[in-house]
Amino acid sequence: MLVVLGALPFFLYVAVFLLLPIAVLAVEAFRATDPVTFEETWSTASVAAITEGPYRRAYVGSLQLSVITAVLGAVLGLALAVAILRARRGRLLRRLVLTASGVLANFGGIPLAFAFIATIGTSGVVTALLTDTLGLGLGGFSLYSMAGLALVYLYFLIPLMVLTIIPALEALRPQWREASDNLGASGWQYWRHVGGPVLAPPVVGATMLLFASAFAAYATADALVGSTVPLVTLQIANALSGDVVVGSENRGKALALGMVVLIGLVMVFYAWVQRRTQRWLA
Amino acid sequence: MTALAESVAGAGGVAPETPVRRGRRGSGAWRYAVLAVLGLYFLVPIAASVWFTIRERDGVSLETYAEIPGAEGFTEAFTRSLAIAGLTVVIALVLMVPTVVLVNLRLPRLRTTVELLTLMPLVLPPIALVVGVRSVLAWAPDYFFGTPLAEAFFALQEPALPWILVLVYVVLALPFVYRALDAGVRGADLRTLTEAARNLGASWPRVLVSVVLPVLRTSVLNASFLTLALVMGEYTIAVILGFETFPTWIVRISGSQSQLSVAVSVLSLVVTWVLLLMISALDRRRGTKETS
Repeated sequence: MLVVLGALPFFLYVAVFLLLPIAVLAVEAFRATDPVTFEETWSTASVAAITEGPYRRAYVGSLQLSVITAVLGAVLGLALAVAILRARRGRLLRRLVLTASGVLANFGGIPLAFAFIATIGTSGVVTALLTDTLGLGLGGFSLYSMAGLALVYLYFLIPLMVLTIIPALEALRPQWREASDNLGASGWQYWRHVGGPVLAPPVVGATMLLFASAFAAYATADALVGSTVPLVTLQIANALSGDVVVGSENRGKALALGMVVLIGLVMVFYAWVQRRTQRWLA
Repeated sequence: MTALAESVAGAGGVAPETPVRRGRRGSGAWRYAVLAVLGLYFLVPIAASVWFTIRERDGVSLETYAEIPGAEGFTEAFTRSLAIAGLTVVIALVLMVPTVVLVNLRLPRLRTTVELLTLMPLVLPPIALVVGVRSVLAWAPDYFFGTPLAEAFFALQEPALPWILVLVYVVLALPFVYRALDAGVRGADLRTLTEAARNLGASWPRVLVSVVLPVLRTSVLNASFLTLALVMGEYTIAVILGFETFPTWIVRISGSQSQLSVAVSVLSLVVTWVLLLMISALDRRRGTKETS
């Protein structure tokens, strides 16, 4: 019995610093402050407000950007991971790529935004090269747009995919490939009947992680575009800094709660997919 | 099923060598194309950033990098971030080392719950967490004003050393710390070692300090470094709560000193990467020593 007490600090800490803030969010999103008397009441006004107008656009924008970058990042990251694992004498390459991925995937944020501004921003090096030296221009591309954000997001999503999928790829036994080769299967048949089904659950899981990461990204977007692009994270920051308007704080809470609910739904869907694939594999 | 039967039937007559080789060579070209294109994508921004920071009207100079230590606000922001990172590492380890060890050795029933809770910060948007934290902090002036609890809340938000950032960063670091430590505990045969120590009469705290920590040295190092890097790069929570740390300082100066902000960014990425490379090399050396 005493042993359980040893795990108590962990549960207390998580309850206070992780679960409590989320619970408070869920309650206070449904509170409203009267602009005249400053009295607090229960109200669904904030939650109703975030489903329309600019807030709805922000959710749609965030979802679009995250889905597109997550799928692209997953495909490219998977290709990169396979290429690294198969490279001959690739140990050094592998170590370099894995550690670089660790840095970019988890700790990039602000530095990445500035690296891209220096590269392809208004006075960037590549921008100057393309427009002044080669006279080509950027072909309508702007770093300070959805497409620009997607380009920067992939810079941390592809490494995240590499990091999360490499253990799954390493778990594919070479003997399976040899067995299917010996049985006369083509590369396509191997991936269709052996490699694919084994890899599907981890790939779906990693794609979900990429989605969550892109959906939650704030630092890069804030440093790059300010609030010119409709994204939920930027709208939340706006609502919190706008002290002038009474009730904007509550709208920020409602927007944040919306993000938590959406991520929760994605996770439920993910758990459902995992259970289905496990049953199917068994 | 029929396809399988066909290939089994055909296997006797056909020499397997040729089709296998052709397939392998085709995928090889595809592999180099992927490496080339993505390599370009990842190297160009870094190279361009370096060029951006060293080009001058009359050639090349490293002046921007020399300016970093003396830049206005850099020292305060950087040391503050380092202090927050150090405190976060200590609290995260004190909290997680006993938990991971207990869960692995004595409380396997709790494993799923602990795993789930530590993975939550990985998918939970930090901005949502910080909005919640802000709401809780707002209770101090709203509900507890004049009580010791309110004083404690205000003390947590001291701009010189914001403890609230430390406490929230511990939560953000949980996934990294838990996974690094868990891998270490599973890799070493910790159960036998702790049982031996217990049989020889060591108390649990003593087992933790003299058996568990030495065994987990590289995992602890790994977890500490990941936490350090996480804190040094964290922007969302610091900026929403209104504290100046290293990343928020970069953003603040970027408007007036764009070369400096890019130089600091590149430098922080490269330094983090080199440190991580060194730790991974250390990891391997220890790993090979133990197996030999």
